[in-house]
Amino acid sequence: MENAIEVRNLRTHYGNIEILKGISLNVPKGLITAILGGSGCGKSTLLKHLIGLLKPTEGNIIINGRDIAGMNERDMDEVRKKIGVLFQGAALLNSMTVGDNVALPLREHTRLEGSTIQIMVRMKLDLVGLSGFDKFYPSQLSGGMKKRAGLARALAMDPEILFFDEPSAGLDPITAAGIDELILRLKDIFRITIIVVTHELASLFRIADHVIMLDRGEKVFEGELDELRASDNPRIRCFLERQAEEREYTPEDYFRIIAGD
Amino acid sequence: MELTRPFNVFFGSVGRKVLPLFREINQMSRLINDIFYWTVVSPLTGKRIRWKAAISEAVKAGYNSIPIVAVISLFVGIIMALQSAYQLKKVGAMIYVANLVGVSITRELGPILTAIIVSGRSGSAYAAEIGSMKVAEEIDALKTMGINPIRFLVVPKLIALVVMLPALTIIADFIGILGGFLLSITILELHPINYIQQTENALMIKDVITGLVKAGAFAVVITAVGAFEGFKVEGGAEEVGRRTTASVVLSIFLVIAFDCFFTALFYFFT
Repeated sequence: MENAIEVRNLRTHYGNIEILKGISLNVPKGLITAILGGSGCGKSTLLKHLIGLLKPTEGNIIINGRDIAGMNERDMDEVRKKIGVLFQGAALLNSMTVGDNVALPLREHTRLEGSTIQIMVRMKLDLVGLSGFDKFYPSQLSGGMKKRAGLARALAMDPEILFFDEPSAGLDPITAAGIDELILRLKDIFRITIIVVTHELASLFRIADHVIMLDRGEKVFEGELDELRASDNPRIRCFLERQAEEREYTPEDYFRIIAGD
Repeated sequence: MELTRPFNVFFGSVGRKVLPLFREINQMSRLINDIFYWTVVSPLTGKRIRWKAAISEAVKAGYNSIPIVAVISLFVGIIMALQSAYQLKKVGAMIYVANLVGVSITRELGPILTAIIVSGRSGSAYAAEIGSMKVAEEIDALKTMGINPIRFLVVPKLIALVVMLPALTIIADFIGILGGFLLSITILELHPINYIQQTENALMIKDVITGLVKAGAFAVVITAVGAFEGFKVEGGAEEVGRRTTASVVLSIFLVIAFDCFFTALFYFFT
């Protein structure tokens, strides 16, 4: 199968701490790939590398055949026109209306007429179920509506790859399910390659085709949903069965911790 | 080993203080470099400047500051006239109040008071706006849309301030002199025509121009500091507040430091 993104031996550091410890993975084209993992496992850091916000210490990130790891900003901006990102908090510009937010990439990157842009904005808003909300400000919208508006903006430039950072975080189950349905529809209608960073199991089993699981900066699993379900890796089982992690200390270890040495 | 220890401690503590300062200076100069690239160079390569945003920033930073700038410069004009009169009446040279008020307002007080008011109003607003956009991932969102945040956010603010700060300074000059004039013709009992003639004789065009050159430089300082502190926000809302305060303190400090430099420059070279 053709890959939209290939990551090879990705290493990254915050100061002296190694966050991603040599990760390699593939994102197949036209499918939904879920990046899974607990808090602090490095999945947000991985996402930031994939969208070019952070530069790795080592390794390659190949998007549509081009390595973005060592790319300069000008070339990177060209790659970015072909990707869309929905941030966790939607990240709409609060000083602009929803319509202007969606129109922003079009106004900045194209020389389309104002009236054409208006029509495209209405189309994108209709696609995410927000028809008639273009004159509203982001502060007047609910959490779920903000995410839909953010998604409309991410779709504005007709991206080939779409990234979602925790799409169901902070939403009630019904609204979250609505977002999941929307993601599935985007895949079916437009054949967009979709990458979802999540730790929501319900959403994972509903939408994912391909799963990558990270743990403490390392990849512990890559494969299809059924393989994930069948896995006997204890870390994966803990995650899937919602079990708390057991901390195994010997008395000596514990003594060292409380003695601070 | 024991002998070198005090030296190590000394140089270590100096290094810990100085190195972060160098890093900040480095970051600041890179930001200023970027700001000039996106203001001057990139428009030549066909990237559009957001003129509409620049106009709306100009209204916020310039037009809306007119009342406060006017009131403060009126008071300062009155104060200058009173303080000059306090000394000048001893030598019976009251008419020179006009010279002192005119020259000190146009060369010095007009530009610096305007700059300090604008640092407090707009410099802090820039830091708060950019800082909270950073917290809400809006800056990241701009980057992933292929929109450079400096071009999008900072350049319109810079253009607005570089135009509006000299404009506000002209207003401050005029109203400051008016304040001195009003006090002189009433309380100091100077003749209005004499006062106006004396001001005309005392003021040279270069006094006004040096003041406006300063105002332009202050505009760059205020925008750069506001943006610098805003982009440095990493944490949450609390840090936005801290950076906002820091931006006001740093920009007032730098405005006065630059003023000192320019005043010395103009003293020797004009």
